Amino acid sequence: MNTSMKSNKQLSTALTYVVLILGSIIMIFPFVWMILTAFKTQAEAMAIPPQILPSNWNFDNFVTALESLPFVNLYVNTGLLILFRVLCAVIFSSMAGYAFAKLEFPCKNLLFGIVLVQMMLPSQIFITPQYLMLAHLGLTNTIFALVFPGLVSAFGTFFLRQTYLGIPNEIAEAAYLDGCNKWQTFTKVMFPLTGSSMAALGIFTAVFAYSDLMWPLICNTDLNMMTLSAGLSTLNGQYTTNFPVLMAGSLLAMIPMVILYLAFQRNFIEGIAMTGGK
Amino acid sequence: MDRNSKKAWLYLLPSLILLGLFLVYPLIDVFVYSFEECFNFASQTYEGVGLYNYLYVLHDPYFLQAVENTFVLVIITVPVSTGLALLISTGLSSIQPLRNLFQTVYFLPYVTNTLAVGLVFMVLFQKTEYTDGLINLVIQLFGGESIDFINGPHWAKMFVLCFYTVWVVMPFKILVLTSALASVNPDYYKAARVDGTSRTRIFFRITLPMISPMLVYLVITGFIGAFKAYSDAVALFGTDLNAAGMNTIVGYVYDMLYGDSGGYPSYASAAAIILFVIVLTITCINLLVTRKQVRE
Repeated sequence: MNTSMKSNKQLSTALTYVVLILGSIIMIFPFVWMILTAFKTQAEAMAIPPQILPSNWNFDNFVTALESLPFVNLYVNTGLLILFRVLCAVIFSSMAGYAFAKLEFPCKNLLFGIVLVQMMLPSQIFITPQYLMLAHLGLTNTIFALVFPGLVSAFGTFFLRQTYLGIPNEIAEAAYLDGCNKWQTFTKVMFPLTGSSMAALGIFTAVFAYSDLMWPLICNTDLNMMTLSAGLSTLNGQYTTNFPVLMAGSLLAMIPMVILYLAFQRNFIEGIAMTGGK
Repeated sequence: MDRNSKKAWLYLLPSLILLGLFLVYPLIDVFVYSFEECFNFASQTYEGVGLYNYLYVLHDPYFLQAVENTFVLVIITVPVSTGLALLISTGLSSIQPLRNLFQTVYFLPYVTNTLAVGLVFMVLFQKTEYTDGLINLVIQLFGGESIDFINGPHWAKMFVLCFYTVWVVMPFKILVLTSALASVNPDYYKAARVDGTSRTRIFFRITLPMISPMLVYLVITGFIGAFKAYSDAVALFGTDLNAAGMNTIVGYVYDMLYGDSGGYPSYASAAAIILFVIVLTITCINLLVTRKQVRE
């Protein structure tokens, strides 16, 4: 009985590993294929039967991709987009979240209700009026245009309100007794306590900004003012059948984020795990 | 107004101004646009107020196609991706060696550009005059007939879109479920094991109920996310989604605004409002159904 249970357990562990390995092959395969294709010539990429390894590891395709798109601008634009959106979302959401969680004021519930409704709406429906607003101001094809709809985050406000609710009032009272005024209590005591939540919100905002395709395509039509996603979609139109160049371009667009992820992997997983736990 | 509430308003001020400017005002604007008939973009004039825009959109075959595609996508991908994520994350939490390596691999797609990976999927599945994609070669290897998944029959294109969508949303779901599983109190498992409970029974009687709030969260956000599908379809089938018969509701809104057939903010707004009503209805149904189940 005991031995049969033991072998049963071994079998299910083995099965778990088989499933996990199969799954990770499916998850990782597109990346591997992307890297291999980026180094092939066009003929090699289309060869029958498929050639798995390129015969020459050279960077010609990367050079072509770099020449077809202003990659430096794309990196800078995407970097600025992420930076501004993350900073603004974290700071403004912290302030509003703190007010909703810890301060008393009239119409509190009504205002919070509006924030919740905003969270439930698909952001796409705002795109038309946002674009028209921008066009009226003559601000299309600017960094401001890219950043503008993401300056405030309803989700972030809700998320940080929950975090502030989790901090006991006694901490704020103790700070008050020690001579902090309300603003100092917020900036010196409460704000630093929400570090991990802010990190999680920052990651969500950054990943969203990085992958967002529709808004950058609409607001900035000048190639020099585009983000990586938007630029890449134009490369697709240019090199429909030149897979190696497309893959090289895709790789160039992905590398910075992947490096960041691998470097900060632990903080990243912890940051998100924390949101999941609640 | 007393001093304290004045202070509270100061904290709220930046968010309120920005929310009002970027979200509340545009929302009202969309409603207004959707009822203005024969709106002329250049002169900013319109001829009347009524339901014509809605009627036009609801009778547009491209819109109906987009609605159908979106619903098929939602109905297939949400259960499949949630189920698979549950399977993988349960597997991840039950092993010790190599767990970190597996986690790195499974979470990696979350930070990658979906458009870039979409292009790889296109290359893998495409069949051109010169060559079959890798997937087709595998199919032929097993004696099957090669299919053009990118420009071929509608079901094949739908399959690729669903497959790709599941691939894209999996990392986030695995991430959330892994942490939910980790937060289950281990004492429950110990007690169950002492009582000699089987593993399947432990899973259905302890694990599943304990992580059900997180599953509910994933299902609801999954529905909302799938209804907003757009960039995945663009990555696979290019920007002319109507011609490919693979448009989604959001894609239709985009085309009405900026595509080759664009320049109709009224139709786009009406379509956007219809999308909003659909999402709101589904979210409410979701909340009602799941609230009942979680209470049980």
